[in-house]
Amino acid sequence: MALYVLRRLVSTIAVMAMVGIFIFLLLRLAPGDPAAIIAGDTATPEMIANIREKLGLNEPLPVQFAHWAHSILSGNLGISIFTGRPVLELISQRLEPTISLAILTMILSVTIGVTFGILAAWRAGGLVDRTLTALATLGFSVPVFVVGFFLIYFFAIRTRWLPVQGYQPIDHGFGPWLVQLILPTMTLALVYVALIARMTRASMLEVLSEDYMRTAAAKGVSSYSMLFHHALKNAGVPILTVIGLSFAYLISGVVITETVFNIPGVGRLVVDAINNRDYPVIQGVLILASGMYVLINLAVDLAYTLIDPRIRY
Amino acid sequence: MQMQKLAGNDVLLDVRDLETHFYGEESVTRALGGISFQVRSGETLGVVGESGCGKSVTALSILRLLPKLTARTVGGEIRFHGRDLLKLSPREMRQIRGNRIAMIFQEPMTSLNPVYTVGHQIAEAVQIHTKASRSDAMAKAREMLRLVRIADPERRVNNYPHEMSGGMRQRAMIAMALACSPELLIADEPTTALDVTIQAQILRLIVDLKEHTGTAVMFITHDLGVVAETCQRVIVMYAGRIAEQASVTDLFARPAHPYTQGLMRSVPDRRHGRQRRLPEIPGIVPSLREPIVGCSFAPRCPFAIGICREKTPTLRDIGPGHAAACFRAEEVMGG
Ligand SMILES: Nc1ncnc2c1ncn2[C@@H]1O[C@H](COP(=O)(O)OP(=O)(O)O)[C@@H](O)[C@H]1O
Ligand SMILES: [Mg+2]
Repeated sequence: MALYVLRRLVSTIAVMAMVGIFIFLLLRLAPGDPAAIIAGDTATPEMIANIREKLGLNEPLPVQFAHWAHSILSGNLGISIFTGRPVLELISQRLEPTISLAILTMILSVTIGVTFGILAAWRAGGLVDRTLTALATLGFSVPVFVVGFFLIYFFAIRTRWLPVQGYQPIDHGFGPWLVQLILPTMTLALVYVALIARMTRASMLEVLSEDYMRTAAAKGVSSYSMLFHHALKNAGVPILTVIGLSFAYLISGVVITETVFNIPGVGRLVVDAINNRDYPVIQGVLILASGMYVLINLAVDLAYTLIDPRIRY
Repeated sequence: MQMQKLAGNDVLLDVRDLETHFYGEESVTRALGGISFQVRSGETLGVVGESGCGKSVTALSILRLLPKLTARTVGGEIRFHGRDLLKLSPREMRQIRGNRIAMIFQEPMTSLNPVYTVGHQIAEAVQIHTKASRSDAMAKAREMLRLVRIADPERRVNNYPHEMSGGMRQRAMIAMALACSPELLIADEPTTALDVTIQAQILRLIVDLKEHTGTAVMFITHDLGVVAETCQRVIVMYAGRIAEQASVTDLFARPAHPYTQGLMRSVPDRRHGRQRRLPEIPGIVPSLREPIVGCSFAPRCPFAIGICREKTPTLRDIGPGHAAACFRAEEVMGG
């Protein structure tokens, strides 16, 4: 087991290195002169040369990469071209709203998705099951921004129950923070609730017809324990996989949701950076996002062994 | 029709006119067409018949473990200590399962939960039905593993099912079933899926444990040879009904139903060490989807006459403790 964790860590580092090379090349291999791209259409040759010098673009690629990687590993993600401020600082200022939204969305998606999926499998073909199917179809087919605008219209504009847009930092109070996040969280969670619930249902249905479930019933195990212990633990591996993937894909959903709800998070930062061609910021966010992605995958892989004793590496 | 003689105080389980149906897309399968039998305290009752005759459905009907959506027990009574199990609430039924009536299944490889240790699964049964603490329940699990003769129970108790052989898993199943000292153990073909040598060991184990604990056993098998080794009384099932019911001695000495005779002719001779095969009686088992007119065995029966194709024979006494559902039982028995 310890050996497996070690091997898995080494391969994680290798993956991150590949991702690093890719992100690095993103800018350098883009067609045309990166410095000219960054400088924009109205730039003078001096401005371009200036940028070229600032980014170290005159050196050979491997040297550039070595410098770049070294500074990133020492915690320096570079300087924003547009604002002139350190990228790390820009990102960390925007981190709280994004992480709040992501975590709330995952908590909501996992609890509702798994519970819904279990109940749907338990009474397959019943009311819960059919509601779930309808909801899942909705979740998969309606774009995030449509859901967002619909919820804003209904719960904020029509009824005034909830605020329309914006964000309240958590140190201004837990209540206001949560109230501001309800609509964005619901918007973003819909598709993940659908995804997780469908996977839970399918996985549970398969398990419920297994011989060992009949054995458990023959022992006098209660319905609750049958579902939530005997079945869920067996159905856990595919459910965990889909939860891990959802969390990873959440990153793209966050961008749209933050735009719709005018939340000053990392998603908005990226959108602005793309508009301004602020490549260091884009790169910095990509590195952090892919780092998160790889870490989540690692955590999921390690969690498999806790769920299913047959998985050994 | 019923053997009144058996209806004494020592009747543990009294099944009367049990009818179970399966509901398909367009058809209804009458898996049990009204069967009646009794299990007495401490006895071993054999239930034999070809595959598909309703043995498992009988067992699952008793414990009410049939698939909820497709199957239903539509008639009859299952009296356990005089109380009809069919009238119990789900909660009352759970208190019976694994506690007073336990069951072991045909497939040891898939009947244990792969994500829990064997010890956990045995201890769970104990904890559901007693107030035992976790550690007491685990101690009981170790004791049960020792009882079913699993070597090194201290270590095995922490094994997952996939770390055990098929024979060992079936022993663990038996340990789990007997952990709460049930009054009745239903064993549904517990050795069919095992190697021949392991089969004999498991049979021996069940017989020994039965003597040790005094549990009544309903032993389901398609093998009359196994019945001869383990049981006191037998019911022979055919197409969802009871064809014959007798003590083991009577059944082998004077089989009164042509179907029983057919089964006996196809019991393999173990001395030749051949793999046991399904009985070979010419003809096919009738479909249970359409109502059967006459005796369901008539199309395959060498004794069949006109009346057999018109009227359904009921189980009738043909001797002390011996009943058969055949119009010509006396002639069959005599000749
Ligand atoms: N899950 C099921 N769905 C539909 N029909 C079933 C099911 N299980 C059993 N049956 C029907 O009940 C009959 C008896 O089955 P079973 O009791 O399993 O036979 P066996 O004597 O081999 O244990 C079968 O012939 C089949 O028609
Ligand atoms: Mg069977």
